[in-house]
Amino acid sequence: MLEGAGKPVQIAIRRQGPTATVRLSGEFDLKAAPQVREQLDGLIDGGAQRIVIDLRQVRFLDSSGLGVLLGRYRRLSERGGSIYLLTAAEGSVRTVLEMSGVRQVMPLLASESEVPRT
Amino acid sequence: MTQYFELACPSRPENVGLCRVTVATFAANLGFTLPEIEEIKVAVSEAVSNVVVHAYPGAEGLIGLRCEESADGLVISVHDKGVGIEDVAKARQASFSTDPERMGLGFVFMESFSDEFRVESQPGKGTRIEMRKRREAPAEGA
Repeated sequence: MLEGAGKPVQIAIRRQGPTATVRLSGEFDLKAAPQVREQLDGLIDGGAQRIVIDLRQVRFLDSSGLGVLLGRYRRLSERGGSIYLLTAAEGSVRTVLEMSGVRQVMPLLASESEVPRT
Repeated sequence: MTQYFELACPSRPENVGLCRVTVATFAANLGFTLPEIEEIKVAVSEAVSNVVVHAYPGAEGLIGLRCEESADGLVISVHDKGVGIEDVAKARQASFSTDPERMGLGFVFMESFSDEFRVESQPGKGTRIEMRKRREAPAEGA
């Protein structure tokens, strides 16, 4: 029932032109934050304009993870880009995202098919 | 004797998960439901992350964690002997953070995911956070 402490975050990246899809799994907390931040910053610096972050396999999210997401939103929006978040419809990750108010700036979507086409 | 545990560990990011899962296991043994445990995990993660990020600037110190069964649930205490918080009321405001990469939501989540929440802090001496979580009453006939 209870997963192991600090299950390492796993990151898988798919790049198609200006769009990057980043699939995260595991626990997105203070320990995982630098690794995720580095990967997302690399995509932004590499010219990605749309980043879809798939959080559906993330089992834990707190304000450390949220801070990384919001920080990347700020960086990318300054360059005219957008971030979309894929999340499960319920569960603690969804609750934390809803409570934080991040959906005001980053849409919470159920699947990649809901990401607006350019 | 009341059921409890105490844990002390260095203020390192990898110990946030250790504290979170240890408390979650303790709560599971006390009969908390899975949704309640998920809330407890977020609250503990925020309290311990605050120690790692803010309590010992540029250094490592101790995270103190105590978890105790109460008549109606659980009392969680997270404490440190770090720099303390100058203005607790300001720190508890949503979106206040001394770190631009953090959202200032730590205290909001601790408060939202516990039934009672208290912060005691003295600059230069440290901080103690106490969170109480009540167990959901079992459904009738269960």
